[in-house]
Amino acid sequence: MSKTTGLMGWIDERFPLTKMMEEHVTKYYAPKNFNFWYYFGGLAMVVLALQFITGIFLTMNYKPDGELAFKSVEYIMRDVNFGWLIRYMHSTGASMFFVVVYLHMFRGIMYGSYKKPRELLWVFGMLIYVALMAEAFMGYLLPWGQMSYWGAQVIISLFGAIPFGIGDAVTLWLKGDYIVSDATLNRFFALHVIAVPLVLIFLVAAHILALHEVGSNNPDGIEIKKNKNADGIPKDGIPFHPYYTVKDLFGLVVFLIVFFAIVFFAPEMGGYFLEHANFVPADPLKTPDHIAPVWYFTPFYAILRAVPDKLMGVMAMGAAIVVLFFLPWIDRGPVRSIRYRSTAYKVLLFSFVIAFIVLGYFGMQSPTPAGTLISRICALIYFGFFLGLFLVSRNEKTKPLPERVT
Amino acid sequence: MSAKKQTENSPAAAVENSFNQDNVDPSRRRLLVGGASVLGGAGAAAMGVSMLASMSPSARAKAAGAPVEADISKLAEGQMMTVEWRGKPVWIVRRTAAAVELLKNTTLALRDPDSAVEQQPAYAQNAVRSIKDEYLVLIGLCTHLGCSPAYRPEVAAADLGADWEGGFFCACHGSKFDLAGRVLTGVPAPTNLEVPPYSYIDDSNIIVGVDGGAAA
Repeated sequence: MSKTTGLMGWIDERFPLTKMMEEHVTKYYAPKNFNFWYYFGGLAMVVLALQFITGIFLTMNYKPDGELAFKSVEYIMRDVNFGWLIRYMHSTGASMFFVVVYLHMFRGIMYGSYKKPRELLWVFGMLIYVALMAEAFMGYLLPWGQMSYWGAQVIISLFGAIPFGIGDAVTLWLKGDYIVSDATLNRFFALHVIAVPLVLIFLVAAHILALHEVGSNNPDGIEIKKNKNADGIPKDGIPFHPYYTVKDLFGLVVFLIVFFAIVFFAPEMGGYFLEHANFVPADPLKTPDHIAPVWYFTPFYAILRAVPDKLMGVMAMGAAIVVLFFLPWIDRGPVRSIRYRSTAYKVLLFSFVIAFIVLGYFGMQSPTPAGTLISRICALIYFGFFLGLFLVSRNEKTKPLPERVT
Repeated sequence: MSAKKQTENSPAAAVENSFNQDNVDPSRRRLLVGGASVLGGAGAAAMGVSMLASMSPSARAKAAGAPVEADISKLAEGQMMTVEWRGKPVWIVRRTAAAVELLKNTTLALRDPDSAVEQQPAYAQNAVRSIKDEYLVLIGLCTHLGCSPAYRPEVAAADLGADWEGGFFCACHGSKFDLAGRVLTGVPAPTNLEVPPYSYIDDSNIIVGVDGGAAA
């Protein structure tokens, strides 16, 4: 650590400020060949910060009460100064969070960033993803519209599939009432604004600490730490600041242009970000003709619907998420990046992505025989990816890896 | 940073050694640590139980749920009405004679045609799942994931297929039920729709939540 004087010297004798800055920012050496795909981790952090800020200001006017919730959201939209902006930033932020997180996860899969020694980094990331899904699901109940209400009813009922009477007890406990009601709304509010955000902060810190411990992967998937200069600095590494802070700032500006274009011109995104049925207050006696979760849940929802059995459907849906946790151990090949992997791997990954998108599409549609059939095929492809990867990666014919990053 | 193993040279071992030289009684320390752990654990468990129990339905939520009366005299043949009981939709359908006939001689593949699963009071465990053939009383929530299905009495509805005999269709996940609330096979719902306890006050009034005189 460099020796500091003056105010910084005074602080450093009492708190490791310079040490932390150097370890995580100014002397954190990242590979010099980061590309477009490396924007999304940083962007996810910015969106998280935006959600915290807008969320805090929303709670100043929102009322978590079965009688008042819907009205208080409309009050925010119409009467609170800039309330519309704060709420649309928060609702757009939720969807954009999943956009950047899905791209970030795809990057990790494509470049093998989950492989040794980054398994725990990947697991922390998956935990963030699961916490994020819980956060988004509970947040969606708060406006207390028709889609909020029946979406929550369906998702909570998923736990009812657990056999031996446990499921019914669990759903009753989760709802705190015999139906989704004021009690449910109030506790979802508590979990959405306090419990899950705390978990998220902790997990993000763990994710970043794990990343800085093992160092970033790169599009070539080779270890830059293997090639160090006389000072022990990786030859292919550049300090995160200023090189990547500047790069990420550029990406952030482009992202914010897109983000605010949505906030100002298409906050509902044609019913994909804010569903039309949610502009009708919750009615416990009538389900909307067509209910579907928000787009970021629909691939898993399509898998649920594809299985004609309650318990098996719920298990398939859960397995679709759980299997991702095990990716570092399912993929047995030593080569990380798609650039040096076999055609078989590329075909597998390509079909996985297509299946995920098709599932997402059919998860938004009303159930039809044709849609169900396609969903079933895509669900098989989804799980087939992991099985195929397990088999293919054993004796995969890969291309030779370069000595240095390209 | 590399994780160091707790060796003889570790700080904790050094302290341990210095204590041992002072003739410390390790069993006494073990008792104190063990006792504190058990007490602390019990305290944490007690706190956990009370926090988790606070999320179960409150006394007020349990007390709510009075029986509800419905006037069925104005219900036309084939018509359905909905009343709210314990916050849930309860349907009352006046079935046509043809529909009742169809229910009794159905050719549909049903998962539980004889209502063997306890989804109804004993007096509704029959082919039409009701006290009187004409009037069907059901809790209008799908047994799959709790959506409220749509009433689709028309036989062979275009979107539901030529073999549709009329019934209830859940648009959420495509579950199908006949006009007695019996679930068809090949859909996600596992059981028939639930029949609530109900009884007739007189020919034109039903009370939902009261089982032949006694509150359910």
